Amino acid sequence: MSEHQCTCGHKNPYLPELATVVETVQETPTIKSIRVRFDSDEAWEKFSYQPGQVGQLSVFGAGESTFVINTPPSCRDYLQFSVLRAGEVTNAIHKLQAGDKVGVRAPLGNWFPYEQWKGKNVFFVGGGIGMAPIRTILLHLLENAGDYGQISLLYGAKSPADMAFQADLPGWLKHPHLKTTLTIDSPAEGWPHKVGLIPNVLKELAPSPDNTIAALCGPPIMIRFTLAAFRELGFQDENIVTTLERRMKCGIGICGRCNIGGKYVCLDGPVFTQAQLNELPPEM
Amino acid sequence: MSSLRFATPDALLGWLKKLAAEYRVLAPRQEGPSVLFRPYAAADLDGVSDPAALLRRATASPKGAMAPHSETLVRFSATKDEQDPAKLNVGLDAPCQAEPTVLFGLRPCDARGFVVLDRPYTSGSFKDPYYAARREATIIVTQACPAAAPTCFCHWTGSHPADSEGSDLLFTAVDGGYVFEAVSDRGRALLESSGFADAGDRQAAVEEAHARAAGSLCPPSGLEDIPARVAARFTDSEFWIRHTAKCLSCGACTYLCPTCQCFTITDEGSPLEGRRLRSWDSCMSPQFTLETSGHNPRAEKFKRMRNRISHKFSYYPQSYDGAYSCVGCGRCVVSCPVSLDIRQVVADAVKGAPGVNSDAAPAPAAKPAKAKSAKKSSGKE
Repeated sequence: MSEHQCTCGHKNPYLPELATVVETVQETPTIKSIRVRFDSDEAWEKFSYQPGQVGQLSVFGAGESTFVINTPPSCRDYLQFSVLRAGEVTNAIHKLQAGDKVGVRAPLGNWFPYEQWKGKNVFFVGGGIGMAPIRTILLHLLENAGDYGQISLLYGAKSPADMAFQADLPGWLKHPHLKTTLTIDSPAEGWPHKVGLIPNVLKELAPSPDNTIAALCGPPIMIRFTLAAFRELGFQDENIVTTLERRMKCGIGICGRCNIGGKYVCLDGPVFTQAQLNELPPEM
Repeated sequence: MSSLRFATPDALLGWLKKLAAEYRVLAPRQEGPSVLFRPYAAADLDGVSDPAALLRRATASPKGAMAPHSETLVRFSATKDEQDPAKLNVGLDAPCQAEPTVLFGLRPCDARGFVVLDRPYTSGSFKDPYYAARREATIIVTQACPAAAPTCFCHWTGSHPADSEGSDLLFTAVDGGYVFEAVSDRGRALLESSGFADAGDRQAAVEEAHARAAGSLCPPSGLEDIPARVAARFTDSEFWIRHTAKCLSCGACTYLCPTCQCFTITDEGSPLEGRRLRSWDSCMSPQFTLETSGHNPRAEKFKRMRNRISHKFSYYPQSYDGAYSCVGCGRCVVSCPVSLDIRQVVADAVKGAPGVNSDAAPAPAAKPAKAKSAKKSSGKE
């Protein structure tokens, strides 16, 4: 969290760290990755986070929104946020160029319980922009592949052009510790990978639930059917991990809008096991 | 000398004038049809001949004293770099100072409202510095409620009309004046500097006034196990749809409530010069949880009301050791344009909640008709 002190002497969680855009990557027509670095060397040196934690990225004058930090903690060159253009703030973010100033409040929220996954197989599923948080934890696991069993990735997008992280994909497809499956919703010329909706492709791949963690992220409808597919394959709810989306403002559990029952997605999440979600009121 | 102090009406007004020179004094003021907490300068108090004018039951809660309707969180400004005009140098400023304030004339329910707000604002892993600064800078001088309105239900939430929780000073109207009692150390310090007379001989009058006020309350709820029973009602959509049918989603209940804390954060201005604002928001609005994708977990009004009531009577108590996020002030009952009575919804939710043994069903709650008839008469005392 920002070490900034307020004029009143309190630590101020609303005061962003000033940062500069070092690079942008147009991932797809609608997804752009923004790479930023804090202006204060001291703040940058002190900054640490866990894979899965989020940040509030702001464009001054437009506002701030919550995004996962989708570089692994080992990356000390920049923080990356991959942003789907959808509303006012994300439109402003898409206009950012190298050298532009932004604000960052991070890290916020919890993270993937990767310590508990050691010695297990991990099966990742990312749908659309839901690949952003999966990328963070996937890269972190690949850096420590020896601690884990088989690591697998199923990544789906609408079409080949909607597939983000093109720079990562060739490496992931031939990575010795990673089994990667890519899929698109409907056939496209020259597409050498799977065609079909994620839940159907998942059932076809039929990963064994033995000693395996499933980690999934994507739009609500994808989550619903992919969760059903994992259960059908015999995965237990405590071994299914997902990250939730909610409209957020404060990011620190006070403003009241991202709650599910008594839990705040910004503070107690965004990462939950399905078993934890089963304990909450059914309000997805 | 006893710990009680007595002030005649003139002594009380004189003391407030003295305080107004040193503090921002906020007290109830009649403005058109509403009574609102407003600042009083010493000169304003010259125009007040009877303290009763400062002791009216306020239409809106005083929560704005700690969490204003709208406030600046961060100011930002940018200037072009002298060496490289393409580059902007950005400056940020977080103006979270608080003025020394005396909040005067609120009721015990309102003072307890701050205790409810303190938990999310200051007890978690992140402390809200703006709220905390105002809270630390504000002395709370509460009047024991002289009489309950028919819409009052503080006793349903574990309180009573002379509850001192959340107050620094508590005073009670008795024959010929007001008896003050210190609740906190800073309240004691303020009272010691007041010059008020000793009131050790008025203890009985104070107790009598408190008993009279307690006796004027509607019957106790008799409800038990409220958090678990409200939670058990969650999936009974039909119940929530029925109880929310007349709700207009206007949000009056949330804005007047002393414990509703929801806010939004928005930017105004340009990257060159602007500010980040925090403003009250309402969970009754369909936009409150609307995501950019179009997905909305609480698109229907019954889901929003279910969340509001569950938050106050189930989620909050589960998070904070059984305390409700409702102090029973009754403002939402008084000011609801369609006479929706939260007492009735909670009582009905609790009674025969699904999965709960109906033998343990509680006694009937206060009749909603009572609340309706109260609407016309509860503006003043």
